[in-house]
Amino acid sequence: MRDPVLEIRGLRVDYGLGDAAVHAVRDVDLTLHRGEVLGLAGESGSGKSTLAYGLTRLLPPPGVVSGGEVIYHPVDGPPVDVLSLSPAQLRAFRWAEASIVFQGAMNSLNPVHKVSTQLLDVIRAHEPRSTAAGRLARARELLKLVGISADRLHSYPHQLSGGMRQRVMIAMALALEPQVVIMDEPTTALDVVMQRQILGQLAELRERLGFAVLFITHDLSLLVEFSDRIAIMYGGRIVEEAPAAELYRRALHPYTDGLLHSFPALRGPRRELTGIPGSPPDLRAMPTGCAFHPRCPRAFTPCDAELPPLGPPGDDDPRRAVACWLHSATAPAPR
Amino acid sequence: MTLSESAAAPVDEVVLEAVGLTKHFPVRKRLRDLFSRTPAVVHAVDDVSFALHRGRVTALVGESGSGKSTVARLLAQIYPRTAGDLRLHGTSTRVRGGRPFRSYVRRVQLILQDPFASLNPVHTVRYHLTRSLRIHGNAGRSAEDLEQALAKLLTRVSLTPPERYLDAFPHELSGGQRQRVAIARALGADPEVLLADEPVSMLDVSIRLGVLNLLQDLKERLNIAILYITHDIASARYFADETIVMYAGRMVEGGDSEIVTQNSAHPYTRLLTASAPDPERITGDGAGAGIDEAAGKDRGQGEPPSLISPPAGCRFHPRCPHAMRRCTADLPPRLTVGDRPGHWTACWLYDPATVAADAPGSAAPDADPAVPPPPALVKREDTATLGEAR
Ligand SMILES: Nc1ncnc2c1ncn2[C@@H]1O[C@H](COP(=O)(O)OP(=O)(O)O)[C@@H](O)[C@H]1O
Ligand SMILES: Nc1ncnc2c1ncn2[C@@H]1O[C@H](COP(=O)(O)OP(=O)(O)O)[C@@H](O)[C@H]1O
Ligand code: SF4
Ligand code: SF4
Ligand SMILES: [Mg+2]
Ligand SMILES: [Mg+2]
Repeated sequence: MRDPVLEIRGLRVDYGLGDAAVHAVRDVDLTLHRGEVLGLAGESGSGKSTLAYGLTRLLPPPGVVSGGEVIYHPVDGPPVDVLSLSPAQLRAFRWAEASIVFQGAMNSLNPVHKVSTQLLDVIRAHEPRSTAAGRLARARELLKLVGISADRLHSYPHQLSGGMRQRVMIAMALALEPQVVIMDEPTTALDVVMQRQILGQLAELRERLGFAVLFITHDLSLLVEFSDRIAIMYGGRIVEEAPAAELYRRALHPYTDGLLHSFPALRGPRRELTGIPGSPPDLRAMPTGCAFHPRCPRAFTPCDAELPPLGPPGDDDPRRAVACWLHSATAPAPR
Repeated sequence: MTLSESAAAPVDEVVLEAVGLTKHFPVRKRLRDLFSRTPAVVHAVDDVSFALHRGRVTALVGESGSGKSTVARLLAQIYPRTAGDLRLHGTSTRVRGGRPFRSYVRRVQLILQDPFASLNPVHTVRYHLTRSLRIHGNAGRSAEDLEQALAKLLTRVSLTPPERYLDAFPHELSGGQRQRVAIARALGADPEVLLADEPVSMLDVSIRLGVLNLLQDLKERLNIAILYITHDIASARYFADETIVMYAGRMVEGGDSEIVTQNSAHPYTRLLTASAPDPERITGDGAGAGIDEAAGKDRGQGEPPSLISPPAGCRFHPRCPHAMRRCTADLPPRLTVGDRPGHWTACWLYDPATVAADAPGSAAPDADPAVPPPPALVKREDTATLGEAR
């Protein structure tokens, strides 16, 4: 396996303090390897965005990181703990080392400034010694990279379609050739044709530039095709992690299995869609034991009392991890 | 299909029919347009014809901006139509407010994408459903009648036990539950037609299935005609009997859902199906391979045209890898695809004479145009060899 570029260890994120705190991200361990696409999927409210904001320290109040660490491994030089960077270091880290494209990012372009101004600002802020001509050339190149002709550089955001604006945001995220790109539902608001164009470009760019992507979406069908590995989040925890194809062919966690049987497939024989009964958990009143147990068709004795740890499955495939008593090596025997 | 005269309504009976339905929205005039003779309009929907059948789901599929919601609003008669006709049980109908509109709405109900926006947050489920029952004269005579009708509605949409939901406010319900309440409210009218405009687009994947199954159940048990509008063509495959594809305000293909999705004929439908997420495409080693392959090469052309001055001829021609000379000038008519009954497409590729004329010498006139190779594999200049390429 490739070297880790970003390691998240025991990350906890709360909204609010003390007893009123909502634990939105709970003891998350997740490793992103150099150059890979790691997909993160789960129902809305499962904590995906909170995780992305938390690990880049962009959490809006009342969000607080209440535990854990995020270790970034630069190409050369010693590892850094992102959570203990000073504000100045953090500014240097963002964009240059790790950049993020948020949900609805296409609406976060400033409407009163031309695309060129906004792209050039990002480049200038991090490469103050570059020349104006050099920056302009770089901006053109970036637009070309995401499939937008350079003559659009001086457009205002409203003169571009949603798909183009989203690609401009991706261009910005890639401007400083970061090692890590975090994308939170980057194509959810777009039509499938545009979505595939953007993902195609992203895959190409990833080949060429070698950055790693943490790709967050609620659409698991998209991830299976597009990711190297997939992690599934439920109620603030990672409940399963596996190579994309393995996860698709043989889901271990009943929640993953439910997700995979929730969407109709365009190709192949018509499958039976079972879906997932019930609704996502309320973070303020989390079920005891395995958070999925009230909805789980396979729940058994230990499930409502004991939290299953995330670990290698019974068959000990080192590439996989699952948090379910059905597959735990240390599982109490079903009665 | 023939209309049966029998009193016991047959399953295939046409309930609502759109004939050449057209909607142009006026565009605010700019100074330089003042002198032009034809006022600028958005050609949102042009010449749309299809029928909704009792006990059948018809899907209307297309990208955003293709005119799906406008079609739904024309069918609901919320918008007056620019041209064309709307026939309810074969009788032309045009209502503008007042009692005729109410009596039309009783039979044709619209469900919107966002159940949050369509339910008033200050009112309970009971209020919303009672109002619908009363307006449409289905509340009965007594308080017990009403209670019974309310319980029946909630049970119909699987919100049980009804007591748990009757006095809830919209914000106390999950997205899926809210959409069920919106459906129950529509059922309060006891309609013959449900127009569901992207009813599950805002819901979580795991919740969608339940709501779609509910629509299917209503179709079967209440024998309602359903228009299911979606941008997700895979869901049309599973939940609609018939699928119609729209592009830039026009219908481009239609037929049995399985055939339209598995043997797509129109180059646009093929682009749509090639772009949809497809887990079966994975090969197991690494990412992106499938994505790259299907992405196509025409980057600059990846977007639908302006509807203020739509392209002449076939509206897809600026993006179409198969475009022929004729495509830029003449509007393609509906042509039958192969020998599959009911499968049609509006594309010149399915007119052997046009294909032959475009490629003098190389394309055999008797080539089977019903099976052109997938768009991704054919470049524009290859059109000439279409006949052999299959
Ligand atoms: N500002 C906030 N204050 C309180 N709770 C929040 C806030 N933002 C998000 N949450 C809660 O945190 C949980 C996780 O949310 P989020 O990370 O947005 O999930 P996802 O991205 O998976 O949909 C949700 O239950 C949500 O209600
Ligand atoms: N009330 C309106 N006034 C002007 N243009 C409109 C109006 N409603 C829709 N349109 C335009 O008509 C076209 C079709 O829109 P719509 O029916 O909403 O498409 P869809 O539902 O497929 O996304 C779009 O170009 C849209 O901008
Ligand atoms: S631990 Fe138990 S309840 Fe949780 S997913 Fe596994 S079987 Fe189901
Ligand atoms: S071949 Fe011609 S008619 Fe058919 S979709 Fe392409 S441009 Fe339109
Ligand atoms: Mg989110
Ligand atoms: Mg719409």
